[in-house]
Formats: sequence, C-alpha cells, structure tokens
Amino acid sequence: MEVAVCLKRVPDTASKIRVGEDGKTIDTSDVQYIVSPYDEFAIEEAIAIKERQGDTQVTVVTLGDTAAQKELRLALAMGADSGILIKSDSALDANQVARNLAAALEAKSCDLILFGRQSADDGSGQVGPMVARILGMPCVTDVVSVELLDGAVRVEREVEGAREVIESSLPVTLTAQKGLNTPRYASLKGIMQAKKKKIEEVEAQPFDARFPVKSLSPPPARPEGKIVGEGVDAVAELVRLLREEAKVL
Amino acid sequence: MEPYESVDFFGIEELLSEDERLVQHSVREFVSDKVIPDIAEHFEKATFPRDLIPQLGELGVLGANLEGYGCAGLNNVAYGLIMQELERGDSGVRSFVSVQGALVMYPIYAFGTEEQKQKFLPKLATGEFIGCFGLTEPDHGSNPNGMITNAVKDGDSYILNGNKMWITNGCIADVAVVWAKVDGVIRGFVVEKGTPGFSTTLQEHKFSLRASVTSELHFEDCRIPAANLLPETGGLKSPLKCLTQARYGIAWGALGSAMASFDCARKYSVSRIQFGKPIASFQLVQAKLAEMFSEITKGQLMVHQLGRLKDQNKLRPQHVSMAKRNNCYQALEIARTARDMLGANGVTYEYCVGRHMLNMESVKTYEGTHDIHTLILGQEVTGIAAYE
Repeated sequence: MEVAVCLKRVPDTASKIRVGEDGKTIDTSDVQYIVSPYDEFAIEEAIAIKERQGDTQVTVVTLGDTAAQKELRLALAMGADSGILIKSDSALDANQVARNLAAALEAKSCDLILFGRQSADDGSGQVGPMVARILGMPCVTDVVSVELLDGAVRVEREVEGAREVIESSLPVTLTAQKGLNTPRYASLKGIMQAKKKKIEEVEAQPFDARFPVKSLSPPPARPEGKIVGEGVDAVAELVRLLREEAKVL
Repeated sequence: MEPYESVDFFGIEELLSEDERLVQHSVREFVSDKVIPDIAEHFEKATFPRDLIPQLGELGVLGANLEGYGCAGLNNVAYGLIMQELERGDSGVRSFVSVQGALVMYPIYAFGTEEQKQKFLPKLATGEFIGCFGLTEPDHGSNPNGMITNAVKDGDSYILNGNKMWITNGCIADVAVVWAKVDGVIRGFVVEKGTPGFSTTLQEHKFSLRASVTSELHFEDCRIPAANLLPETGGLKSPLKCLTQARYGIAWGALGSAMASFDCARKYSVSRIQFGKPIASFQLVQAKLAEMFSEITKGQLMVHQLGRLKDQNKLRPQHVSMAKRNNCYQALEIARTARDMLGANGVTYEYCVGRHMLNMESVKTYEGTHDIHTLILGQEVTGIAAYE
C-alpha cells in the first residue's frame, strides 16, 4: 500500500522565540529546528504499518526551504522510503500549504495520509483535514491507535471521558495524537541507508493566501507581584485580595 | 529539568555533514531519554545500566566506525560525536561503548581472521556479546611492555598464565581480547567466557566510573585453541593501535563531560540568587564561565580537525595524545570549577557536576595518563624519549 506522512520543520520546543523585524514571523537566528513532535508519531506509525504489512511504500513530504531536507532525511533514517520537498522560502498560510501538499500527493494515490494533530509552532491543526477535503478523503483527527482491516481502517480516539472507535474506508487521512506510539530513534545504520534514498524537489505553487498572519506579538510581560505584608498580620489582607480581586477563593 | 544546551560558539555544526548532524541528534536524544534519568542512581549504587546494552546495539553505536559485520560504517567525526554525546551522560556508559568498539571489535577487525570476524563482530555490534580488553597488569600500567602474562604454544592450543587489572567490562564480558607474551613477543588472543582457567573478580570501592564494571582477569593454565590467536598481532604496536582508537574517542568524549558540567554551572549561576542577585552577575563567576566556555570551544576545534585527519588517514598517535591529554585535563578542571560554583549543592547527586568530576579523574588517568601523554608530546618536539 501507499502511505504518505506530511511533516513540518519547526523551531525546537526548547528554543527561546522572539518576534522578527517584520512583526509577522519569528526571528530565526539562533533557532534550532526539529521535526514537529506530533509528526514524529505519524512517521513512526507509517513505518510500523510498513513493517507489519510488508509491500508498503512510505513517502514523507514537507514544505519549506532547502534546510528542511534535514527533517526529511531524519524520517528516511527512521525508515521511510522516499521524500518530497516542496520548496518555498516564504511563510505560507494553511490554505497554501494544504493545497501544495495535496498537489504533491494527488498523483501518488495514497491509501493512507498521516499528519501530526497540529504543528508545534503555529498549531492551527487544520492542514491535515484541509488536505483530506481537497483530495476528497475522509479524515479522522487525534487518533491514538490504528489497525488496518481489509480495505479499511479501525482507529481509536480519546474523547472526554471515553474512547471512540471509528472505522473508515480507505483511502483516509489521519492525524496523530500523543499516545499513538513511541517514535523510534533514527539508528546509525538507518542514517547511512538514508543517504541513498531519494528526495524529490518541486517548487511550491502560488495558491492564494486565504488567511495570512497580519501580526505576531509576544505575550504581555507579567505584571510585577504585589507584597501585601509579612507574617501572620498579612494573612487577612491576602485572603481578602484572593477573594475579591483575584477571585480564586 | 531544563533541556541540555551544548556549546557551539564557533559554528562548528556548520562544518558537519547532514548525516553527522543526524547521528549527533539521535544519540543526544537517546542519552537524554535513556541514560540521564537513571544514571545518578546507578553511580550511587555502583551498578552498570545493563538494560542499555541491547538499546545501544540497536541504535548502532557499537563499533560504529567499522564497515560490514553489522556495523554502521560511519566516518570518524560521526564516531567522535557519538562518544561526545554518550559522555555527556556519563563516562561509564561511554567507556562501555569505547571498550566494545575500539578495544574489542577493532582488534578483531584489524588483526583477526575472517572466521573470527564472522564469529564475533556481528554479536558484538548488537550487544549480544559483551567484550573486554586485557592489557594492563597489577604491576604494569604505563609500561605495558613489561607485562608478565604469557602464552605457551602446546600442540593446537596456547596456555595462558597471568593477571590483568583495571579491566572495564571484565566480569560481564563474553569475549576478552587478552595480550600476552609468546616467546617474549606481545600477541593478542580472544578468550571466551567459561574457558577453564579463566576467572574474573570485581574491583570495588572506587569513587570514579561507578556506573561501570571494573575487573581483574585471572589466567591459570588457561588452555585456549590456537585458532583464538589474532594472527596479525605482533609486538606492543598492536595493542597501542587499539589504544589510539580508544583515546581518539576519549578526546571527544571528555568534551561531552565538560559541556554537561558547563551547562549545569551556567544555568545554576543564572538562577541562584545571593545578595539579591543571580551569582552569574558576579565577576568571579563570570570569569569561571568564560574560561570554561573558551576551553570547550578550543577543544571542539581540536577534535574536529583530529577527526578529519583520521578520515584522511593522516592521523598520528601523537595527535591523539595531544587531544586526549588536553581535553581530559580541561574536562576535569571544568568539572571541579563547576562543582565549586554550585556550592554545597555541587556535592549532591541532584546535579551532575560531582559525578562528572569523579569520573574524569579516571578518564584523565586511563588510556595513557596525562603525564605519559605529556612525555609523548615531549618526545615529539625534542626527538628524545624520556620514558625509555
């Protein structure tokens, strides 16, 4: 079967994020990049399916600048078979990303397309469902288990207080929630083998931006704390403030 | 706990290829997830984290710079980065991997028969077999040429007699690469666990490399098949070639330890408030951090070029001596300074600096002491060997 995983290169979650000079994007100097953590669950699931099923091709796709090759290469080192880099040097909105991903995947006739539930940077959580819509596939979000049946798939989602079991026909798009699996480390042999795997490069197409980011601002600085007094004498005033001003009691 | 931040002041990452970066990334993640959480407890209880062995094999770090036989076939810079990342976790874990790869797999790979390679290397690469390397003796450390252990040919066998000391992995090893004199010439042998006449004892009561097994090996009329001789070995240069491999890895590894100590000291000094401000705002603290930062950067540049020389077959043992000597010395100094900067907290297992400080005392001493490497460099610049 044909499986695709869409992944995103995002700033390391440990990086300190500053807003860039344009006020719309982040300052990328000194930022380390990683594969978005939810996408790692998607990659792991695709490789695990390939190992269980046999006769499966796993393609990893990303949209980004040339540096995003590294994140594709990591997925290839984990065990994916080939990669597609949709090259774009500028920040695109979710519509542009989804349309480009769909365009790159259309010809592949995928049985299964996997995403992380949301990216670790923008976190809009909509690219997966949008790609499914464009390609005319059903989409199940936030899955925590995937079982392939004959021409169908049974997945589980965690919903408030319960576990939902859903069966879908193939092809289908799934987005991965934490708990789906434990992503493997890229083994050193895998890294050496990945050097021989192919990454196809295509230019991003100029689809319309439907909801571009207008501005980006850091959260407001936390106001200074207030010291209401010292020792036992301050307790009454503190309780009053917690009750009347902060309204937490 | 805040995530680890390594030092890369001179943009050395840009000198790395994509696969070298991926190797570093994978091993760093592994160390953060699998080594760091339990290592202080292992150190305190003096236990080796054996559960790591199959995982290290699966990751591919055992004999990672060898070709074929289940090995990853990495270049020497990638291999060095592995050592650096592992020793950021603990010198004991790095020692395990160094011994397995550079001191057991390498001599079988370099001096063994095809049959020996087929028999041992794939299982050593996965960690199914554990190896140890017996060169040092109770009375012969810096002067291995004086070894007493000997082997006498007897029909289709050799009979080994002697004792080895300070042997990493000894008690847990399935395979020992043992050096013994045959008619006065040092040769290498593979001795398998369970061979009659071969026994081990655990060396306890050490304050360093506590998360690593250190042992004595004893050979009493130990009869091994003549086929276990590593045929291409001959003279002291054979074990010294192995030591050059291992010392190369240590030169990188020591920087990992130094970066762990530096990272800890830097974060601590920024968050520790005394006299109403972070201790990092005091000049004495800044001077210490600046010194550490500079020494780490110098060490990084040294091992990077050392690795490129090794990949170009231009490496000489003297190059390795300089890097091993310098980086171990600096890592120990950095750990001591970091320990000092953490005040009383520095002597607890809650912080890594005390553990790294204690470990580096061994790492500075083993695989050629600091002073012996000094004399090797002295000979390099004067042409006169002070130790002969």
